[in-house]
Amino acid sequence: MKKFLMTVAAAAMMLGAAGAANAADVKACWVYVGPIGDYGWSYQHHQGLEAVKKELGDKVETAYAENVTEADSEKTFERFAREGCNIIFATSFGYMDPVLKVAAKFPDVKFEHATGYKTADNVTTYNAKFHEGRYVIGQIAAKMSKTGVAGYIVSFPIPEVVAGINSFMLGAQSVNPDFKVKIVWVNTWFDPAKEADAAKVLLSQGADITVQHTDSAAPLQQAEAAGALGFGQASDQIKFAPKAQLTAIVDNWAPYYVRRVNDVLNGTWKSQQSWDGMAEGTVSMAAYTNMPEDVAKMAAETAEAIKTGKLTPFGGKITKQDGSVVDAVDDGMILGMNWYVKGIDDQLPQ
Amino acid sequence: MRLEKRPERSNAMAIASPFIAFALTIVTAAIIFTLRGNNPFAALYVYFIEPLTALWSIEQTLVKASPLILIGAGLSVAYRANVWNIGAEGQLTAGAILAGSVPVLFPQWQSPLALLAMIILGVIGGMLWASIPAILRNRFNANEILTSLMLVYVVQLLLDYLVRGPWRDPQGFNFPKTVSFSGWQTLPYLTSGIHAGVVITVLIALALGLVMSRTLKGFEIAVTGQSPRAARFAGFSEKSTVMFCFLLAGGLAGLAGAFEISSVVGQLQPQISPGYGFAAIIVAFLGRLNPIGVIFAGLLLALSYIGGEAVQTALQIPDKITRVIQGILLFYILACDTLINYRIVTSSPVLQKA
Amino acid sequence: MDLLLTLVSIIMTAATPLLLAALGETVTERAGVLNLGVEGMMIMGAVAGFAGAALSGNPFVGVVTAILAGMAMALLFGFLTLTLLANQVATGLALTLLGLGLSALIGESFVGQPGIKLPSWAGIDPLVPFSFAMVAAVSWFLFRSKGGLIVRAVGVSHASAHALGYNVVGVRYLAVLFGGAMAGLGGGYLSLFYTPQWVENMSAGRGWIALALVVFASWLPLRVLAGAYLFGTISILSFVLQAAGVGIPSQFLSSLPYLGTILALVVISGNKALTRRNTPANLGQAFVPDR
Repeated sequence: MKKFLMTVAAAAMMLGAAGAANAADVKACWVYVGPIGDYGWSYQHHQGLEAVKKELGDKVETAYAENVTEADSEKTFERFAREGCNIIFATSFGYMDPVLKVAAKFPDVKFEHATGYKTADNVTTYNAKFHEGRYVIGQIAAKMSKTGVAGYIVSFPIPEVVAGINSFMLGAQSVNPDFKVKIVWVNTWFDPAKEADAAKVLLSQGADITVQHTDSAAPLQQAEAAGALGFGQASDQIKFAPKAQLTAIVDNWAPYYVRRVNDVLNGTWKSQQSWDGMAEGTVSMAAYTNMPEDVAKMAAETAEAIKTGKLTPFGGKITKQDGSVVDAVDDGMILGMNWYVKGIDDQLPQ
Repeated sequence: MRLEKRPERSNAMAIASPFIAFALTIVTAAIIFTLRGNNPFAALYVYFIEPLTALWSIEQTLVKASPLILIGAGLSVAYRANVWNIGAEGQLTAGAILAGSVPVLFPQWQSPLALLAMIILGVIGGMLWASIPAILRNRFNANEILTSLMLVYVVQLLLDYLVRGPWRDPQGFNFPKTVSFSGWQTLPYLTSGIHAGVVITVLIALALGLVMSRTLKGFEIAVTGQSPRAARFAGFSEKSTVMFCFLLAGGLAGLAGAFEISSVVGQLQPQISPGYGFAAIIVAFLGRLNPIGVIFAGLLLALSYIGGEAVQTALQIPDKITRVIQGILLFYILACDTLINYRIVTSSPVLQKA
Repeated sequence: MDLLLTLVSIIMTAATPLLLAALGETVTERAGVLNLGVEGMMIMGAVAGFAGAALSGNPFVGVVTAILAGMAMALLFGFLTLTLLANQVATGLALTLLGLGLSALIGESFVGQPGIKLPSWAGIDPLVPFSFAMVAAVSWFLFRSKGGLIVRAVGVSHASAHALGYNVVGVRYLAVLFGGAMAGLGGGYLSLFYTPQWVENMSAGRGWIALALVVFASWLPLRVLAGAYLFGTISILSFVLQAAGVGIPSQFLSSLPYLGTILALVVISGNKALTRRNTPANLGQAFVPDR
């Protein structure tokens, strides 16, 4: 027993030494809601961590915790704050209140909360305008679909998802005003088999293009198997569907993470509400494949127009599903979107 | 080598077996860490000892252990009686929904009574949900393992519907959560980290321990579980035992749900528990189906969560390893428990073999 | 008509992994062993199937490794519950916990790789006819063969079976291993055919549903078949209704399969004569020869 205790003490000392030997200027920490192995949301955030490591090298020390359920996240944030993290990225909406609670206790630690809306002096929110990418794929879908119907697989009716559907539809309508979309809610972010089932059902009901706002590549694989077309989600999934993927909306958190960690390094970090999109590179499109050149050209031009700000998906007058007209859709309306645009036959679950 | 039933349950082994199991787990964990290229001593230190060296992580361990103990204590009684309720996660959710109805529907009601109402409703919610599999077993002979499990999914979808629909925070930008609870709609904190629920939990577990060891009801439950025939001769009703066990375990799970949403979580949201109801099954067995043992088991499992997170953040040992180690711990415990009632005999009498 | 055929094929794919795993568990439970670790065996089958196919380049190798992985997990379960006489409920839950963690660890390097899909014949993958054949085989085995009689005898009364000279523990080991093989195959079906990829937790609770199906079917293989297809149909139907624009809260549709299972359990278990005839009376009880 005595020997055991001595080894433990020695181990503790080694740990302490390891901590002291660390020369990094900033410690940046990430909390993920899913496993890194989901190959979707959490995976893409982890790619951002890797980019920070690569970009900033020795100046930064990184750490992460995966599979942190929202109900249980407060202690994880507190742990990171106590372990000397200078900036903590909380990558799920459900972390909102825990982040604010812990942030109040640790005013010197910077917190960054993805997709939320509550800020504080040391809490920033950040999000990406994924709906910009959805406008582009809407246009492509309308051009490429022979039946004029897309099948749309969605997780939960939160504003980001609803805005995505609307933006997709507006893009499609700009090419084909009669374009239709069939929507299936699978009530999960992540269940490949269920997503595949939904894709198969949609393809059997007249859709010849699948779009998904869930995490796995399963719907795309189904499109490939059925000889239909589809889009990748979160990352370039061309490997899963070399003949079916038209393009993919790629979440690229790297530029944002590098910038914010740099801000901490330079002492220029300020609390803000950041909403980057294609212009900043947070949302980007994978290569345009499996389509004629003119469609690829149109898509590239649209993406460029959105990037330069010449085109905004929700620009101009928008007619809602119920026929009422909104003169100008501002950011707040997009962030809290709970209505469909005209042309969507589905009923939004309330 | 074969097993031979001991003439009597070994009390020495009953005490020693969890320690043997834990020691084996430590050795296995050390091997896993070494194979992955981590210093096993450093990893074990961070995993099992460091969390106990800082006040805040001790507090976190206690808070994390609280729902596990509360639910585990109730389940331990049920399992003693051979009542296989594995749907505690759903009963927790049902309790949380009913408890949460107070702050959601009456946000202005700020008085200790509001908190009391939440706690009582939490218990009722858990009991109601638990009574379904009990009734189905008593009336229709339906297997309670499966019905209680299926009901977990159903009530989670109900919660999902509520927080995305009618109970959504009107100022919440449509996100799936209710208003944040505050004031007398949350539990008072004794220290910066420990809420009143932790103390109540320990008291309940101790009380249940006494009930099981000192009262007729406890005897009745034990007899029903060990020998249903004897229980029938003694005039104990199996049906009423089934109902009692479900209501007890469900009520405690519901209470845990009420505690969670009025402390750590502070609101209703699609997911309010990281699987406490399932983990508590492990706790019940770890605590050898004894409410007092469950207290220690809950603390140990909570420590393994907190420590697992510590090795993840400090040494980049992935969370998968933690889950594997927890699984292994449970296997060792189950295996070592055999030694309480059996001993290993090396010379095998050939006669017995068929 | 075309649409109907397509829907049937979708339902087949949804039902097959459930059917395979549930058939295996039927035999296990008929022998009196309750293995709640189906989810753990399935997920190990899924990762091992993917790994086997990816490393060898041959999906059929994946099928074999999936089966072996399921059996390895089942062996662990058997050792604890049959040799060490540990509680079956707790061991089954531990098996699931271990399987989920271990599979994630093994699969770490396969994330983001497309898998190799099992070839299908005329639009139907080989495991669908295989699953039907297994229904017939298990049915024949349990009720028409000597071996099946022994398995059932062991499940109904291990003491009598032992007295008759049967090796109760040996029979149960075989039954548990068969259950593991089938669950592993069901898991492999997910990563080799259903959605040819590996992602953590991809079985997403199907093992639990398979367990429910066994009781739903009152341990009769033909009813397992019916149950698996009923469950598959309900879950697909909820998507079909949505795609057709029927506005019901989707959470309600998602809960239908679970409510349906409970209802079926009630209806079937309520029929006492039927249940008594088919329930393995010694389900979940440890057997010690020298008692």
